[in-house]
Amino acid sequence: MRVLIFKPELCNGCRICEEVCSQTLFKEANAEKSAIRISEIAGQPGHYEALICNQCGECIDICPTMAIWRDKRGIVRIRKRLCVGCLSCVGFCPTLAMCIHADYVVPFKCVTCGKCAEACPTGALSVEDLPDAKPTETEKRIKVVA
Amino acid sequence: MESIEKIRAAHKILAEFHYEPPKVQRGYAGQTLYVNVSDNAIVSKPVDEKMKSTFIGGRGFGLWLLWNAVSSSTRWNDVENEVILSSGPIGGTTVYPGAGKSIAVSISPLTGTVIDSNVGGHFGPLLKFAGWDAIEIQGKANKEVIVFVDGNKGLVQIIDTPEEANDSYVLPEQILELFAEFPNEKVGISSVSTGSGAEHTLMGCLNVSFYDVRREFARLKQAGRGGIGTVLRHKKVKALVVKYLGVKADSNAPDNWEELIKVGSKMHREICEQDPIMNDMRGNGTSYLVSIMNDFDLLPVHNFRYGSHPQAAKLYSTEFKKYFSLGIPDGCWYGCTLACSKCVERFQPHTGPYKDQSVHVDGPEYETIAGIGSSCGIFDAHAVLEANFYCDTYGIDTISFGTALAFAMECYEEGILNKERTGGLELHFGNTLAMLEVLHQMGRGEGFGTVMGQGIRRMKHIFTEQYGADSQFLQDIGMECKGLEYSEYVTKESVAQQGGYGLANKGPQHDEAWLIFMDAVAKQIPTFEDKAEALHYFPMFRTWFSLNGLCKLPWNDVEPADNKTKYEPWLAARVPEHVRNYIRLFTAVTGRHDVKEPEDLIRMSEAVYNFQRIFNLKMGYGTRKHDAIPYRSAGPVTVEEYESRAERYDKQLLDFVGFDPEGKSTKEKMDALRAYRERRYESLIDAVYKRRGWTPEGIPTLEIVERLGIDYPDVVALLKKHLREKESN
Repeated sequence: MRVLIFKPELCNGCRICEEVCSQTLFKEANAEKSAIRISEIAGQPGHYEALICNQCGECIDICPTMAIWRDKRGIVRIRKRLCVGCLSCVGFCPTLAMCIHADYVVPFKCVTCGKCAEACPTGALSVEDLPDAKPTETEKRIKVVA
Repeated sequence: MESIEKIRAAHKILAEFHYEPPKVQRGYAGQTLYVNVSDNAIVSKPVDEKMKSTFIGGRGFGLWLLWNAVSSSTRWNDVENEVILSSGPIGGTTVYPGAGKSIAVSISPLTGTVIDSNVGGHFGPLLKFAGWDAIEIQGKANKEVIVFVDGNKGLVQIIDTPEEANDSYVLPEQILELFAEFPNEKVGISSVSTGSGAEHTLMGCLNVSFYDVRREFARLKQAGRGGIGTVLRHKKVKALVVKYLGVKADSNAPDNWEELIKVGSKMHREICEQDPIMNDMRGNGTSYLVSIMNDFDLLPVHNFRYGSHPQAAKLYSTEFKKYFSLGIPDGCWYGCTLACSKCVERFQPHTGPYKDQSVHVDGPEYETIAGIGSSCGIFDAHAVLEANFYCDTYGIDTISFGTALAFAMECYEEGILNKERTGGLELHFGNTLAMLEVLHQMGRGEGFGTVMGQGIRRMKHIFTEQYGADSQFLQDIGMECKGLEYSEYVTKESVAQQGGYGLANKGPQHDEAWLIFMDAVAKQIPTFEDKAEALHYFPMFRTWFSLNGLCKLPWNDVEPADNKTKYEPWLAARVPEHVRNYIRLFTAVTGRHDVKEPEDLIRMSEAVYNFQRIFNLKMGYGTRKHDAIPYRSAGPVTVEEYESRAERYDKQLLDFVGFDPEGKSTKEKMDALRAYRERRYESLIDAVYKRRGWTPEGIPTLEIVERLGIDYPDVVALLKKHLREKESN
């Protein structure tokens, strides 16, 4: 599965990735509308951490309406028409990478489009192919039905 | 599907009402739906600002609508009586856990006065999004009918439905097939149904459904208390059905979505982090309580004689968790990540019409486990699940069933009942097959099941009049107050909780107050004034949930990590950060900015709480004598009970009563203890009435109703009449 990987030792905190991401998702340069969040680690000036989706799929089992699913490339996506905006996925995301903004009623997340990695000047971000995540309880049920 | 087509073909539309679905605004649809199944009238009633500000919604709306529908002489089975369901302004919010409750209100067959019962499932929120803040069902149909509300089409129908099943294992599934034009529409359908047991007893419950998209069947939640299912069946209403497709985050049209995002996602995060290390509600539901109650001698055993049992571990959550299918959402409304609803997907009953078939059942909740399990001496998880399944299927309240059966079992053990009188049932404590058979008899309307189904209050009369039983003994051991069976906590060591049950407006249900740890374990409320303050604050605070369409569990069944270190114990019990969440939630939904402090929530509830007390008065109850409790709620009735905890009771006699137990007979000691405990209960009542601003007879004063804005002419006239009567006496 395609996953965005962050190498903290290469990040200079320029936050270009956030701008590119929000432009890609919402056609607007706004860090609060980015699916990647960079912040300086408290007490460690010049060192940064990132909140990004690792496509683990735990949100698939949290979503009450089955609005969250995994595509063929292993990327976890949201079907907007099914989402009821309960934000269970936002609260339960293990990496705090499910995002919401008050301008919208549906959460958003990284879909590993790779635009941020292309724009990253230091190579701190890259897209890699990793082994598939373990199937979620929801996916197991769908397979049984299929 | 052929059978569904046959069922559909038998449908006949008796009445139809078209409406333009209003857009929900800040938590309100702005109108309520009145349906009379006698003359098939369907009417839209406006909701005005006074109704919203005084009664808020949910239970408040139900009480107000019912107050205006019935007279003081209306009985439960009169056509004037109604079944009302309403959620509340916050109900239907998807972003905060526990925000999808409906509250059912009616005149109860068990108590003769007004009852309220809260329930999960999707009905209330979908009803609101369909354009109705409440639905009010009056009259009595002469055919079996379903009332159908289609919120997308703006259509209400009363449908003659002769072929549908009656019982709630089948009917909600038929309804999904009948009213969903495509399978993906099932998610937008919720029904309210009951069953044959509701027809043959007075303890019928309502089953409210929600469609589980992964398990692909209808799950059922129950408005159990007070026999509202019996009222619905008496009206020959098979089901209420609402259909609304298109629920979104903003369906409830909140005033401030940004604030909702903040408070909601914070709460989800808290549950994610705290629930696994606190109560694991997501894994156990409320079954986690059984071990705690047993450890603290609070688990009802053998009709509340005792508070623990050596075999109780057979009913612990570990025994039920084996049956649950976990790892997928279990919230009974969207966004409830506390997810206490637990589902057994494949269960095989050993008895009854579904014997050896694979069925599914929700639960059991703590109350069901304690009532049908330990209180009846049945330490068998499978048997509890089976009884839970059949109670839901037949439409019977598991709490009243368990508590009434425990009473009947004690009567059997005491020789008041025997095989001849029970029609052959050996109702010993622990007789699982007899427990299940009496339940099936309720479903079939046969035998002793129909006697037990009348509830404890009526059983006491029957056993006294027909079998010559000692009425005082039955009064002492019959765990009912106001005609409603007790829910499942032993209160002998907590006078505050005796009041929590005895002073509850609807009858002894724990959703008004649960003060046992605070009172008897942590000793935080030592004086009667302290207890009275708790019996003011907590019933009012908990009432507030039922006005808003909220569940109580996310308030204190999970807590912020720093709750107990940040606050003094008495304040920590209120979970201040969550109270703050509720203020933020209410303001964000309704846009009302006059609600800023916890006291503002209490004031909102006070109006409805006092109104409900006055409603009891209107119906011929609501005075001090109706707050009396059975002695078993306060102390040991039998020698065995006393001697099982003799050390505790002897010490109390010495320390608090000034009675030296040395050399005294158990009978003498029991008498001394009883006099002391009954005195304490009366003192508690005095203190609580005073704190609530009521007269010593328990009647709200004219000043109170004026202050709370419920000084309607008929309220004032009623109070004046009672207050005058008191003076002339």
